[in-house]
Amino acid sequence: MAQALNYLKESASQTAGPYVHIGLAPGAAGFDIYAQELGQTIAGPDVAGERIRVEGVVLDGMGTPVKDVLLEVWQADASGIHPHPEDPRHAEVAPGFRGWGRVITDFDTGLWAFDTIKPGAVMGRNGRLMAPHISFWIVARGINIGLNTRMYFGDEDNSADPVLNLIEQAPRRETLLARKVRPGLYRFDIRLQGDGETVFLDI
Amino acid sequence: MKPAEFHQRDRLWHPPALTPDYKTSVARSPRLALLSLQGSMSEITGPTFGHSDIDPIDNDLIRNYAKTGDPVGERIIVHGRVLDENGRGVPQTLVEIWQANASGRYRHKKDTYLGALDPNFGGCGRTLTDDQGYYCFRTIKPGAYPWRNWVNNWRPAHIHVSVFGTSFSQRLITQMYFEGDPLIAKCPIVASIPDPRAIDQLIAPLDMNAAIPLDCLAYKFDIILRGRRSTLFENRPEGN
Repeated sequence: MAQALNYLKESASQTAGPYVHIGLAPGAAGFDIYAQELGQTIAGPDVAGERIRVEGVVLDGMGTPVKDVLLEVWQADASGIHPHPEDPRHAEVAPGFRGWGRVITDFDTGLWAFDTIKPGAVMGRNGRLMAPHISFWIVARGINIGLNTRMYFGDEDNSADPVLNLIEQAPRRETLLARKVRPGLYRFDIRLQGDGETVFLDI
Repeated sequence: MKPAEFHQRDRLWHPPALTPDYKTSVARSPRLALLSLQGSMSEITGPTFGHSDIDPIDNDLIRNYAKTGDPVGERIIVHGRVLDENGRGVPQTLVEIWQANASGRYRHKKDTYLGALDPNFGGCGRTLTDDQGYYCFRTIKPGAYPWRNWVNNWRPAHIHVSVFGTSFSQRLITQMYFEGDPLIAKCPIVASIPDPRAIDQLIAPLDMNAAIPLDCLAYKFDIILRGRRSTLFENRPEGN
C-alpha cells in the first residue's frame, strides 16, 4: 500500500437557508446588532470610475423570483486592479475601493440592486485580457452549494474574452451579459434553471 | 508568494445541486453543467477584512444582543481552526455565524415558528481568525425546530457558518452539527451530502478540555477550506 497523502478535505457545503440575513445582513432580518454591516460599500465616494447601478432578479426553474437569495459580488477597480495582495498592481488600487459587496433582495419582489463603479479589463491567464466583468456568488435556501457566475457588460466588446469564448454554445454566452437600460443602469437577471439557464462556473 | 492555483473543488464530496428529498432544491438547481475555469486574478483574489471592520464583542452571542440579562439556554463555547486542505491555518479570515435560539426560533422577520423569541439573543456573531487560524465564539446551544419539507421534518441543532479564506474561490457556507444529536441522521439537508465522512466532518465533538467549569460547555469545530497547489514549478495564472 502506498503512503497516505494526508490532505484534509474541504468542509462540505450546506445551504445558507432562508435566514442567511441574520448572519450576513442582520438589518435585513429585522434587527440592529452590529456597529457596521459589511459589504454595503463597494466603491467609496472618492473612487474614480463610471458610477453604475446593477439590478436584477434571480429566477427559479419555474420563472419565479427567488426572494430569499443573497448575492456577493467581487470586482476590480476602473483600472482593472483588485484590492488584494496577490494582484501585482494592488498598491495602485483606487483609495476607498473595497471591490466586494453583499446584495440582498426586496423580500416582496425579489428585486436586488447594488451601486458600484464599472470595472476595467483584467489581465487573464497567458496574457489574455478579460473584458470588464463582476464575479457573483449566489446562496439561498434550496441552493446546496454557492453558485458562481460572472456578469459582463452588454455594451462592451466582449468578443475576445477568454472565459465567454469557453462557452461552447454561443447563445448561452448571452446569459452572462448585463443589458444597459440607460446610462448608469444595467439589468442582469439570473436564471437558476430552465430556458435561458445562466452559465454557472466551477472556479 | 507566487500566485498558484487552488485544488480543484471535489464536487463528489459536496452535495450536488439537485437533491430531491430537500424539496426546495428541485426548482433552484441548475440542470446544465458548470463551466470549469482555471483560476485567474478574478478568482484567486477576494475581499480582505481587518479589525476595524468588526467589534471585539461581535463573537460573544451571549452578550452582543443582551438587553436585560443573559439569554436562556445551554451556554457553550464553539472554537476551532480554519485550515486549508494542506493543514495550514488560514489567518485573519472572517468567520460569521448565525443560529436559532434555545427554543429553535430565529430572530428573522420571516420566521413564524411558535418557539419563543429570546429578548436577549440576536443569534449572529462574527470574528477574525488569529495568526494561526484559530477562532472562538461564545453562544447558546440552538434548539431543534420543525420545517416544511416532509410534514414532520426537524432540523438537528445547528449553527450556520460562513467563511471567506483568501480568495473568492474559497468562499464557503456550511453548517455545524452537535455530536450525539439523533436528528442528524433524519435530516434531508444533512443527507444532501453523499459521503458519510463528509457529514462526520460537520459534526462538532463535545470538548470538555475547553469547557469552563461551572460556566459553559464547549464544542470544537475545525473548518477546512480549499487548499492551494504548492509552487513546485512556476505556474503563474496571469501568464509567464
